[in-house]
Amino acid sequence: MAILTSESKRGRKRGAAARTNRIASRVLIYAALLFWSFVCLFPIYWTVTTSFKSAIDVTQGHLVPWVDFQPDWKGWRSLGLSPDTIFGISTARSEFVSRFANSIITSVGASILALILGSLAAYGLSRFRYKFAWMRNDDILFFFMSQLILPPVVLALPFLVLYKALSLLDTRFGLILLYTLTVLPIVIWIMRDQFNSIPIELDEAAFVDGLSTWGAFLRIILPLAVPGMAAAFILSLVLCWNEYFFAALLTSTDAKTLPVMVASQTGSQGINWWSMAALSTAAIAPLVIVGIFLERYIVSGLTTGAGK
Amino acid sequence: MQTSSPLADSKVDDRPKPASRHILAGRRNAGYAIVVLASLAFLLLLLVQLLHATGATAIGFADWRPVLVAYLLWAIAIGIGLVVIRGERGLRALFLLPAVFFTIAVVIFPTMFGIYIATLDWNLSSLEGPRFSGFNNLIGLFHDTYYWNALGNMGFYTIAVLAEYAIAFGLALLLSGQIRARKLFRVVFLLPMMLSPVAVSWMIGKSLMEYRFGPAATLARYLGWDNPAFFASPWSAWLSIEVMDAWVSIPFIMIILLAGLQAMPKEVLEAAKVDGANSWQSFWHVTFPIMLPVSITVLIIRIIFKLKLADIVINVTAGGPGGATDTVSSFIYRVYRDRSNVGYGTGLAMFYLLMIILFLTLLLRLSRRWTQKVA
Repeated sequence: MAILTSESKRGRKRGAAARTNRIASRVLIYAALLFWSFVCLFPIYWTVTTSFKSAIDVTQGHLVPWVDFQPDWKGWRSLGLSPDTIFGISTARSEFVSRFANSIITSVGASILALILGSLAAYGLSRFRYKFAWMRNDDILFFFMSQLILPPVVLALPFLVLYKALSLLDTRFGLILLYTLTVLPIVIWIMRDQFNSIPIELDEAAFVDGLSTWGAFLRIILPLAVPGMAAAFILSLVLCWNEYFFAALLTSTDAKTLPVMVASQTGSQGINWWSMAALSTAAIAPLVIVGIFLERYIVSGLTTGAGK
Repeated sequence: MQTSSPLADSKVDDRPKPASRHILAGRRNAGYAIVVLASLAFLLLLLVQLLHATGATAIGFADWRPVLVAYLLWAIAIGIGLVVIRGERGLRALFLLPAVFFTIAVVIFPTMFGIYIATLDWNLSSLEGPRFSGFNNLIGLFHDTYYWNALGNMGFYTIAVLAEYAIAFGLALLLSGQIRARKLFRVVFLLPMMLSPVAVSWMIGKSLMEYRFGPAATLARYLGWDNPAFFASPWSAWLSIEVMDAWVSIPFIMIILLAGLQAMPKEVLEAAKVDGANSWQSFWHVTFPIMLPVSITVLIIRIIFKLKLADIVINVTAGGPGGATDTVSSFIYRVYRDRSNVGYGTGLAMFYLLMIILFLTLLLRLSRRWTQKVA
């Protein structure tokens, strides 16, 4: 208020007060935004920088590279991923690469399978009226959605026994089946919303043009549903990539995924901070990249039906 | 989870099919023949394998995998049979059938099987096989104080969702205001959700909160906490786990609330402003009530996911100290890992599922009544 030096006309004064008020609230808003950005980013920053630190830098709490400490490829060397070791032979790297490949295969495979099954079911539920015994469309949708409440523990032990009998334990295919069932409800939910937003007149026009039910779906409707499919696919990818519980119980050597590898390293004593940090960085890097560049699809997938 | 949008009238009707009159009786019979033959073949294979597994006959397969293939072939045969019998209506059913068959195979059947396992005394690591024990697991569960402790903890974890919701609402309000670089902030705020809980348990639980030189511990010392052992006392351990879980899941709540805020009609807020409401009044009397349905939906979804909480607990505290951070899932995980008792573990899980269903039914009913009263 001290800035106000001119003659105190009441209106003027009120305007200036409102302006300082507004500036103060602006400052508060941006302070809050920056604070939360710090909360979100600092753990990631800490992990990434720690993978370049030596023991002394960790214990002394050095934070800023080149100012506090001299970054070094230490953590990455222990994974066999630093520039000087990348072309050499490294057992750590081959283990990491195989876990990474398992994670990619299972999450992509499950997302594709869920997308196929889910899109078909969602299109059916959006366009036709079904009657299975007492169940109508809404009941069928509820039947699919209700699987969301099923906690993984309920299925984990029966699956352990069943997979043993089917010799599917420790296989990628077994994991793909399980991951598909965990994301299927979400895919159906997103895709049904997507198909509902495509006008039914397009189907009817396709029928008039002589296309069959499946022809209309495959050639007319499906290409229009690509945004929804992208959202559903990316969201399932994220969920499957991060899944730990089933993978921890059902895999042992061959089909271990990246989260299981990270978890098994944390448990063992004497593991170095820098290599753990490098491993964590490598495990989260793909999703951080997905999050930054495909954020639009994730948001649209998550907010499906939220506005209604 | 139930959708509120009714099936619109614009759906393609089940028009009476003129074609169905032309379907010959012979074709229909052929369809029935396919279904019956396929079912018989599948049942026969199942019977042979069952007898083989119990040791009654020598013929059979080494493992049950052929049964899985047979199930797949049977499902395909049913689909073909349906199309042959019903024509166009069969073709329409084909959209839904794959998901239905898949769900029956990987959800319904394993759950049924789980109920059966829950009645067994079955230690996977011991040589003797499963032994029927009836309700022994259920009785044992009522005397298992660790299990009830874990269930109690789930109550606290569920209540903590309200705090997550409050923070997320604040963030959504910040993001929906008139700010610069909104997109950048949205991406940044969303990032924690993308990270795997296992990586987060190392990044935050084991490294940032590390007692000796983790930055969070250093900060706590600076702020006057002499002995910042986050996971030593029950309450601070529980709080630390909750903070990590909140860090990962607040973005989800925030994004949905943000979508709700952006879909809100602007005129209502302007009208409130004209009536002289200050920003707190317009939030409390306008924004919050309008957002109530979205809020309840997101809270219920969040609670559903909260009830599955396991990864962070397993990796950071393994339920300790003294079971203070245990969730039902992490407890059952340990029951299996330490004792290999599949029967008891499944029994615990089934009881938990029952509790969840009861709780959520109650919650849905209450929330429906509540939203109706307000609206």
